Amino acid sequence: MSTRTLISPAQLARPRGKRLYRAVFALVTGGFTLAFLGPLYWLISSGFKDAQEVIRTPPTLVPESFTPGNYSQAWDVMDLSTLLLNTLYYAFGALAFQLVLDVAAAYSLSRLRPLFGKAILGMMLATLMIPATVLVVPQYLTVLDVPVVERNLLNTPWAIWLPSVTNAFNIFLLKRFFDSVPKELLDAAAMDGASPLRVLWSIVLPISRPVLGVVSIFAVVGVWKDFLWPMLTLPDPAKQTLNVGIYSLSNGVPVNVLIAALTIASLPALIIFLIFQRNIMSGLTAGSLKG
Amino acid sequence: MAAPSLTPSKAGPPRTPAPRRTETPPGGGRFTLALRRHLTAHAFLIGAVLCFAVFSWYPMIREFFLAFQSTENGRTVWVGLDNFTTVINDPAFWQAWRNTLWFTVLALLLGFVVPFVLALVINEFRHGQGYLRLLVYLPVMLPPVAAVLLFQYLYDPGYGLLNELLGLLHLPEQQWLQDADIAMVSLVIASTWMNMGGATLIYLAALKNIPGELYEAAELDGAGLLRKIWHVTVPQTRLVLSLMLLMQIIATMQVFVEPFLLTGGAGPEGSTTTVVHLIYQYAFNFNDYGAAAALGLMLLVLLAGFSAAYVRLSRTEDA
Repeated sequence: MSTRTLISPAQLARPRGKRLYRAVFALVTGGFTLAFLGPLYWLISSGFKDAQEVIRTPPTLVPESFTPGNYSQAWDVMDLSTLLLNTLYYAFGALAFQLVLDVAAAYSLSRLRPLFGKAILGMMLATLMIPATVLVVPQYLTVLDVPVVERNLLNTPWAIWLPSVTNAFNIFLLKRFFDSVPKELLDAAAMDGASPLRVLWSIVLPISRPVLGVVSIFAVVGVWKDFLWPMLTLPDPAKQTLNVGIYSLSNGVPVNVLIAALTIASLPALIIFLIFQRNIMSGLTAGSLKG
Repeated sequence: MAAPSLTPSKAGPPRTPAPRRTETPPGGGRFTLALRRHLTAHAFLIGAVLCFAVFSWYPMIREFFLAFQSTENGRTVWVGLDNFTTVINDPAFWQAWRNTLWFTVLALLLGFVVPFVLALVINEFRHGQGYLRLLVYLPVMLPPVAAVLLFQYLYDPGYGLLNELLGLLHLPEQQWLQDADIAMVSLVIASTWMNMGGATLIYLAALKNIPGELYEAAELDGAGLLRKIWHVTVPQTRLVLSLMLLMQIIATMQVFVEPFLLTGGAGPEGSTTTVVHLIYQYAFNFNDYGAAAALGLMLLVLLAGFSAAYVRLSRTEDA
């Protein structure tokens, strides 16, 4: 680490500075490990305890009654495979809809200069000013009876997918990135007779990989973490998401089985996070503020 | 060079292929070109616009209508401010606002100040930064229901780990979620654990952008640690700090999931009823969409100020 920070290297090099640095470092690292890995260890290990041990006081640090059966029981009783597949179906469907419709819209607003484009962009951005929770009630009523087509989208994936497209923040991020694509590049392609779709596909998208990554993470994480909206629009137990399904069954199962279920529900996200941690963390921080 | 057609052209491109060398196509051609261009542009736009129209703009308008209407026996009538008086006269109204503000204050103390201090400390470390960033961000990836129910297990007054730890330290055990005085604090602790990763990483990124020469210059002027923080770090990160503050106010004023899952929403003696939970109850427990919309409008008006400030600030970042 060569960048200069708050405390000067000279100060750290002194014996007192060295000792203080080591003490603070040990304190913070130890504290973080306890605070953030501790609960996760407790989650995973408690999932291996039997019904008595899981509520025993004082609690056991390492499970004595090793019962991995909790995990298979949780998988069957709470039908976690269905919940997991549902959630992935909704999340990647929302991702597909956002990638196609929002990218097309942002490209049009950025490069094709449609009539009333500025006004449309303004109206999209205005939705960012409305607190999401305030809109839940009228949105729910809309899903019950979609105007013009008069369809009820309750218990259909459309109730998740279509509203997810109204992500003004993603459109804004995409548009800003497309705005920064050098004009000469696009003009050259247009000279050669490339259609707008061709320009988007062969020139804009390949150089937009970073922003597409950020937008994709936002799209998938958004559905993965949402609770209130899927609870309202997907009441059918066979169609629920992981969050909602576990919540609605949480009172009917023994504590150790519930905890095993929570562990199973957490693992996919944790594994994906550990694999793609660099992309996810840099994407989320870059995207959330430069917006 | 005579123009190919002097009469206004019919719809569609001219039959005879115009010579491509023509620099500016005559009136009719330019018009069709422009029309084509706009049609293409709108073809790209239409999908998203339709989604916005149905699931965003229409509900926004509907929210305003709902707030001043009432539906009984299938008949919708205008009721003026009746919904607002119903909501204000609800005994839970002021309590919900007090609780929401209390949650926001606590959440800012923990969720705004703590991540900044932690980021300051972590940024000084010569190694291990990646590990610490990974740890603090782990909970953000968990399904919120898993994180919240894990806390319910940790908070349990009978067999919860937290009371066990307090016992080891010879501190009195707590009724974390059952005691009206501390239920909200317990919610904020859980919420901060789940959400502080994002703020910490954003602050860390902002700290890395501070030019090191500024600290060196401050040291030449004899500035100590606190003065360096106050005169270099804080001004250099002020924009990020203000944006995060506004964002957190807007988010925490809409708190719903934590109380809904941890204390069943209302909590002991209504001590965790929040405004959004009240909206939820009006709409989905009592089917009173008018009252829900009226309370929603109040929240909207209150938060609009913060949203406007946020938009204005994030614009200055562009300049």
